[in-house]
Amino acid sequence: MRYAMAVDTKKCVGCSDCVVACQTENNVPIGFCRDWIVEVTDGTYPQLEIEIRSERCNQCANSPCVRCCPTGASHYSEGGVVLVTPHKCIGCGACIASCPYDARFPHPDGYVDKCTFCLHNRVKKGLDPACVSVCPTKCMYFGDLDDPNSPVSKVLKNRKHKTLIPEAGTNPHLYFLI
Amino acid sequence: MREEIITSGRLNHLIDPQLNIWHWHIPLYLFLGGLAAGILFFAALFTILGKEKEYPTAVKIAPFLTPFLLMVGLVALFLDLNHKLYFWRLYTTIRLESPMSWGAWTLMVVTPLSIIWCALNIKSIFPNWDWKYKWVWDMEKFFRKNLITISWIMLLFSLILGVYTGILFSAFNARPLWNTSILGPLFLTSGLSTGAAAIILMSKNSHERHTLARIDLMLIGIELFLIVHMFMGFLASTQVHIEAATLFLGGTYTTPFWLFVVTLGLVTPALLEVLELKGFKMPVFIAPVLVIFGGLMFRFIIAYAGQASRWLY
Repeated sequence: MRYAMAVDTKKCVGCSDCVVACQTENNVPIGFCRDWIVEVTDGTYPQLEIEIRSERCNQCANSPCVRCCPTGASHYSEGGVVLVTPHKCIGCGACIASCPYDARFPHPDGYVDKCTFCLHNRVKKGLDPACVSVCPTKCMYFGDLDDPNSPVSKVLKNRKHKTLIPEAGTNPHLYFLI
Repeated sequence: MREEIITSGRLNHLIDPQLNIWHWHIPLYLFLGGLAAGILFFAALFTILGKEKEYPTAVKIAPFLTPFLLMVGLVALFLDLNHKLYFWRLYTTIRLESPMSWGAWTLMVVTPLSIIWCALNIKSIFPNWDWKYKWVWDMEKFFRKNLITISWIMLLFSLILGVYTGILFSAFNARPLWNTSILGPLFLTSGLSTGAAAIILMSKNSHERHTLARIDLMLIGIELFLIVHMFMGFLASTQVHIEAATLFLGGTYTTPFWLFVVTLGLVTPALLEVLELKGFKMPVFIAPVLVIFGGLMFRFIIAYAGQASRWLY
């Protein structure tokens, strides 16, 4: 099993509904976010191109954060989802410095927090992650890459896609349809 | 002209707009760790070479600093943790992939070794010292009998400690400025150099001072070579590494780096040491103090500049 997510940059309008849904579902402390919107404007006026991405932890298969964690608090869980065990985390910040996507942050309670793909609170109950299920343009696809019939496998088969900074060698599992 | 504007809806504390997760604690600890590693290295080296009488400060006096340096460093490390009460989790596992893990274990070896070393030399500071209990005397006898073995272990672990302070940074591929394997040898050399400088400061014996000044001079030369080498590597590498080097070549950290680290911390003390070895009379403390100051600034600048360097996407 290998959980993955695909975000359609052609359909995303950058409304931030995914951000609010995540904050509500996961009780993210005020002022922090586990997912966020990036807008990239490229080109010279009037030939401008815009790409809107809903970003989060890339759930890398070769995670620098898991590698550098001194206590084993950061670990690969079911389906390759990278999780942090709060009572093992000492809050040293090594994983935060190691993430090329800056997807992690120090929770005010001391441990390090990040996107979990809603693994325990939703996915294991057969639901989509909060961000996916709430998206008004239905621009996000989630599922198991090993299952050819999952929404994410199907959309990746038919659409051109990319990952972010593959040259960092992290083998990310958050795809962007382009 | 091509323009790229990125706006992000993220403003996480200590992460945005620029990573700022490590403050004064980490560079201070890296400096103290390197300094302690340097002092212990020379103490062990001169003992193995059988030159305790020739270099009494290096072997018998300067190591008394190291338990304090290491403890202050450990306190700084502890203060840096955000989840402080769980710090003991470091010592319930060994993760060889994580430099912070084996670095923490190295400290657990080096700190007791430094205390044992001080105990063996306590009579050089308190001539009338008495251990009072027989079992302490027995332990002392045991360690004294195995002094050469202990020296070899201390030599090895002081090198590991010195090189680890650099590897801690170089293991992060997300921060291009840190992501160079030169940082390990560079921090080790700098640590040995500050260690030699601390011994020169404490020594009252001019033969010892001059030998260590010669060693320090050589270490400064190696350091300058490694710094040039580091920039050559960056500038011949990818765009993210070129931009990381630009932080020191016209960017935010240009003045502090070239003024405090290179000019005041390396070139000036090297010139002063050359002049002193040539027989010019000058206050002996200036060169070593500058070396120690340069070592401290070097850690701070690399720690902060590294957090300002990042991948572009």
